[in-house]
Amino acid sequence: MILDVAGLSFRYNGLKVLEDVEFRVNRQEILAILGPNGVGKTTLLRCINTLLRPHAGSILLDEQDLLSLGRDEVARLLAYVPQRGETGPILAFDAILLGRRPHIGWDVRREDIRKVQAIIEQLHIGHLSLRPINSMSGGELQKVLIARALVQEPGLLLLDEPTSSLDLKNQVEILAFLRMVVRAHSLTAILTMHDINLAIRFADQFLFLKEGMVYAAGTREIITPELIREVYGLPVTIAEVNGMPVVVPGPDQLHLPGTPHSLHDETV
Amino acid sequence: MHLDVSTLHEPEGYLRYVRRKGLFLIGAGFCLVLLFLVALAVGSSFIPLPEVVAAFLSPSGEQASTIVLNIRLPRVLSAVIAGAGLAAAGVVMQSVLRNPLSSPYTLGVSHAAAFGAAFAITALGAGSISHLISDSMVVRNPYLVTICAFFGAMLATAGLLLVAKYRSSRPEVMILVGVALAALFTAGTTFLQYFSSADQIAAIVFWTFGDVGRATWSDLLLMLVVVLPSLGYFFFTRWDYNAIDAGDETAHSLGVNVEQVRTLAMLLSSLITAVVVSFLGIIGFIGLVSPHMMRRLVGCDQRYLLPASCIAGGILLLGADMVARLIIAPAVLPVGVLTAFLGAPLFIYLLIGRNVI
Repeated sequence: MILDVAGLSFRYNGLKVLEDVEFRVNRQEILAILGPNGVGKTTLLRCINTLLRPHAGSILLDEQDLLSLGRDEVARLLAYVPQRGETGPILAFDAILLGRRPHIGWDVRREDIRKVQAIIEQLHIGHLSLRPINSMSGGELQKVLIARALVQEPGLLLLDEPTSSLDLKNQVEILAFLRMVVRAHSLTAILTMHDINLAIRFADQFLFLKEGMVYAAGTREIITPELIREVYGLPVTIAEVNGMPVVVPGPDQLHLPGTPHSLHDETV
Repeated sequence: MHLDVSTLHEPEGYLRYVRRKGLFLIGAGFCLVLLFLVALAVGSSFIPLPEVVAAFLSPSGEQASTIVLNIRLPRVLSAVIAGAGLAAAGVVMQSVLRNPLSSPYTLGVSHAAAFGAAFAITALGAGSISHLISDSMVVRNPYLVTICAFFGAMLATAGLLLVAKYRSSRPEVMILVGVALAALFTAGTTFLQYFSSADQIAAIVFWTFGDVGRATWSDLLLMLVVVLPSLGYFFFTRWDYNAIDAGDETAHSLGVNVEQVRTLAMLLSSLITAVVVSFLGIIGFIGLVSPHMMRRLVGCDQRYLLPASCIAGGILLLGADMVARLIIAPAVLPVGVLTAFLGAPLFIYLLIGRNVI
């Protein structure tokens, strides 16, 4: 699905959080929303999810205005993966089955159960299906939550910092997994992230927010040391490792207070 | 996106798991029916089970038939309805407030309903004491009492919802608010007693210990009219509670109107509490104990937890009432005393055992 956001503004208690945000994501693409803490990344995600009502602007998904649709209709079009959901002693299978809620009438049908099984097999998480989710590791739980979102059969996936609580291997695994799913099912995905290098490896489009406004948007080419310095307020160099650009803090990081080097100086 | 389900193994393990839950519910339901018949059989005069069944199949004017249908049946039925209703109110409150210590009694809603009912009886003159049937209070206007009890319960519920929305819904905070509300409304009831006649005081005091033997057929009908549709609604929205259990944000993204489901659930829970308190008095802890027992046995999935808790609530209150009838026979102990003995230790255990908070 093609998501088209235009002129989106959101205020919280009169305070401007988002101002005239505008971007577009195409089918089979992953958009990474980047920017420092408190810049409105999660707010933007919540606006698209219609959890928050923007004060101005439009959110079009394949020409359909999300803000004019009912709850169930929105839930059938887009799915949301929270940073870390509430976990109780619920079987992974039941947790994923919950994703069928927007399609369920009186009760789950055989078809719903089969769809859950289909997604479990596709994602190779059969070994998890009869385990309670509160006994799972961060990576396993994240996969279950993504499976729940997928069984909703949405066109658009929203993920709030899907890798923030994961170790290195799981970060790469989850994002590779997500990219595979987005390509295979012709979905569109939007995720908020902190790790720029991880975003560069897995996202197709990038959106940098600064003070609630879009500072820059586009493909990997827009990421320059100047951009990162302006958005994050930190000087960086961009090196190339195995053909991938890698953002490294510096070159003048030694002048930052509290770096290992300056600490070393003090102790001498 | 579309999921292809044509080339697929059946999820055997999961289907077995679902069948097990179904069997458990059927088994529990069977236990309730059995206990129901036994409760009709025992009492100051024992009536053999075949005669109990016969009284149902072909009601006759004989003494056994009269005892079963006219004396014991209303009592046993109100125990089942009230037990199931309070348990459902407890399990739903625990879900929508995301707080395992919630129940009509622990959050002070029962006390508030009792205050409302006491207000109707003393200040509005909706009830009087009858000396004909020992220790029984006749409610002259059950509708007025129920409405006042409901307003009392709603007052407490509104307080709880406001604190949960604007302050904190942390379990400890909610319980403390519940304690404060219970104290407040108990004080209100005491205040009413101060201006009441001796008879009325006796009635109110006695009434603060719930007893399932008070309900008449018309009371029973009103209770049924309130409790049954509420249970139906709760069961109909079981997927919404499952979604809320997964977090408000997740629930919203699954198309659930969280605020509306939460408010309606609290409203209906208060209504159930109000009718039960109006006709039977305060019966504590059923709404807390039943969901916790069943959570151990069937898990947190509301599809099973809700009906299982209702059955457990019916069994518990019915069982407790049987013990209350037999323990100091021929006198009858109010069942509220017994449920407090049963529930208070569990409540403390839940508070101490941090794993459930």
